[in-house]
Amino acid sequence: MIVVNYLKNMPVWARWMLYAIVGVIVLNIVQGFDDTSLLTAQGTTRAMLRWGVPILLAGLGGLFAERSGVVNIGLEGMMVLGTWFGAWGALQFGAWWGLFFGALGGAMGGLLHAVATVQFGVDHVISGVAINILGPGTARFLSSEIFNKKFKSQGGSITQSPRVPTVGRFTFPFLAGGNLFGWKTPDILGWFVKKHWFFISDITGIVRGLVSNMSWVTVFALAMIPFSAWLLWRTRFGLRLRISGERPGAGEAQGINIYFYKYVGVIVSGALAGLAGAFIASQELSGVYKEGETTGRGFIGLAALIFGNWRPLGIFGGAMLFGYPFALKLQDLDGKASHALLLVTTIAMFAVMVWALLRRNASDTVLAAVFGIAALAWYLLAKTPPDWWAQILPYVIVVVVLIFFTKRLRPPAADGQVYRKGEV
Amino acid sequence: MKSLGRRISLGAAAPLMALVFAIVSSSIVLLLAGSNPLRAYSDMLNHASKLETMVDILNRATPLFISGIAAAIGFRMNLFNIGVEGQYLLAALVAAEVGGVVHLPAPLHVALILLVGMTVGAAYSGVAGVLKVTRGISEVISTIMLNAIAISGLIVAGLKAWQAGGAVSGSVTRVGTTPIPKSGRIPNLNRFVELFTRHIGRDRQLTGMLVIAIIVGVAYHVLLNRSRFGYDLRASGANPFAAQAGGVSPKRMILTAMLLSGAVAGLVGMTEIFSSGLFPSNPIQGLGFAGIAVALLGRNSAIGAAIAALIFAFLDISSGILQNTGSASREIVQIMQALIILAAVVAYQVTQRIRDREEAKAASAALGGVLA
Repeated sequence: MIVVNYLKNMPVWARWMLYAIVGVIVLNIVQGFDDTSLLTAQGTTRAMLRWGVPILLAGLGGLFAERSGVVNIGLEGMMVLGTWFGAWGALQFGAWWGLFFGALGGAMGGLLHAVATVQFGVDHVISGVAINILGPGTARFLSSEIFNKKFKSQGGSITQSPRVPTVGRFTFPFLAGGNLFGWKTPDILGWFVKKHWFFISDITGIVRGLVSNMSWVTVFALAMIPFSAWLLWRTRFGLRLRISGERPGAGEAQGINIYFYKYVGVIVSGALAGLAGAFIASQELSGVYKEGETTGRGFIGLAALIFGNWRPLGIFGGAMLFGYPFALKLQDLDGKASHALLLVTTIAMFAVMVWALLRRNASDTVLAAVFGIAALAWYLLAKTPPDWWAQILPYVIVVVVLIFFTKRLRPPAADGQVYRKGEV
Repeated sequence: MKSLGRRISLGAAAPLMALVFAIVSSSIVLLLAGSNPLRAYSDMLNHASKLETMVDILNRATPLFISGIAAAIGFRMNLFNIGVEGQYLLAALVAAEVGGVVHLPAPLHVALILLVGMTVGAAYSGVAGVLKVTRGISEVISTIMLNAIAISGLIVAGLKAWQAGGAVSGSVTRVGTTPIPKSGRIPNLNRFVELFTRHIGRDRQLTGMLVIAIIVGVAYHVLLNRSRFGYDLRASGANPFAAQAGGVSPKRMILTAMLLSGAVAGLVGMTEIFSSGLFPSNPIQGLGFAGIAVALLGRNSAIGAAIAALIFAFLDISSGILQNTGSASREIVQIMQALIILAAVVAYQVTQRIRDREEAKAASAALGGVLA
């Protein structure tokens, strides 16, 4: 119990860091059983970051909308708009403009969602579904009008754009030896990695993988984590935006224009989802606009939002966790690492079991034990899990998290409720 | 009587306004793209007036309508079954494989396939129902996740397993599940239609699922509007606390509504597996989300959903001609569909508010201005 109390009194960032370190230790030990080093390899963590960034951006987008009280399941549709406008902007005006237009395209989707939900009081889920139909439809129509005509000679078609230029990359100075005003700084983390010390080299390797040679969009997305935490929790603007999602009636009584904050929240949400889309279409991931290339990552962003309990740092944790299996699958040619991941799942489920046992929750204990045993049996029986397992792992994690932790999650109190001025 | 007339006109005004809005704004989009909207629309209407196109439209409207009813069952109970998409695909996959493996006399074989589809659909939506009543997890979130798990996990796994089984026995690699023998295919309605019209050409076959869809629509209407259960369902949708005070267990209603919705969703994919004789490796997707649109546009009524399904099917099918005549991009219909939904929900919200205001006014007038 002392341990639990100690954990509770830690600052949030320290607690998440501790979870991450424990996670790495587990990965480190487990990969030994399967004779692989991919679970903590630099290539894996780099890919994880690349796959996690759109999820992170979409999740932060969800954060802004839901903190202002508007549920945004239209993130996916806004992301699709972002992929198209991102690719078009980059082709037409250059890489940086691509990001701008991607965000703008998403923001237009957000504006539409805001008009429907905030202005007209349409149910948030319904409007979101409509936007998820509108987004791909618009992208396809625009492709048939532009990519299939003006860019046809360069390989454009109704479903695809020509190759998209991309913005540059950035390596952190000192930490990973990036350039600082033309001076090549020492590569401190790289030095640790080369020493091959147990665990220390692993963890520095992971961090080095994260901070070297990353896209400027990644830098922006990572900077958005502390920025949105500061903006939403430390400024007057943030307080007002959050009260719109907690008790809009109380905010209204204080003379706050709730509609304005909801509009801002939803439009910013769309812009971030659009930026996520532009990132997917940039060379960091696919390098082209392609129909259906978001593959439901808007929904995974929503999942990260819930996993992260409607908080920026938690969303980052969720985004990395959900990006991880995709990244691993890219590297894992012999299936050993995916197999090891099953053992990680087993350990996680038994950890949940112990946690439930400590709280004397019998049904949760039994359920976690059943899941744990199932994962263990799968680990022992199968040589390697099928390739679709990595595809659905994020969704499975969210369902499991919801099963065990729904009561501990705290969404904004008025999330999803239709607010009308003057009606409390 | 005057208020009743106004009420009806208000009810009809909303979808009409939505249609007009969608047509006007798509026309603007077409004009901006340099196409002639009038020519595009007249091409579409001309095309749709052909018998073969009508068969195509009905074949498309059938699953859309069933999917709309599946969504509407949930909506009536204030449940968002976003999971129709995953439920119908998974149900169609399992039903097709079962139908391909077993051998039964014709009517039984078809009935078995339908039954398996409904059971799988109900079981999968039941997961979301159980998660909601036992753990309090929002069905919106759980069904979004279950959709993804079904589409990129279970269906991929099922197709792989059952395709592999076929590759061993047959010499040609097959794409899809085990083919369903003739006895397991629902008969088409061509002969019935041809009694009244000419011969249906171009190998078009009017799906027998149309009959099932009509049965589902009638059953939905009767069950919801003429039965105790339907009353309970609507009551707990409108006000769960009042319904609970009246002896209706909200948990049981949630679970029943989810199971029913899933069972109907299980029928959505049948049109495709009966017509192609197997569950293909790239099945028609998106019918579940389109069903939500159909239910919204049709205001959760059977008749409304039927009209909405026909409108959507018309747009889907007749858009094909645009590419041939070159009068516009066929993709314009997708934008039109989304605009219709958005405009319709906004219009419904506005008319609802007008109605509420008038009701309040009438009530205060009846009370002699006490409240006013």
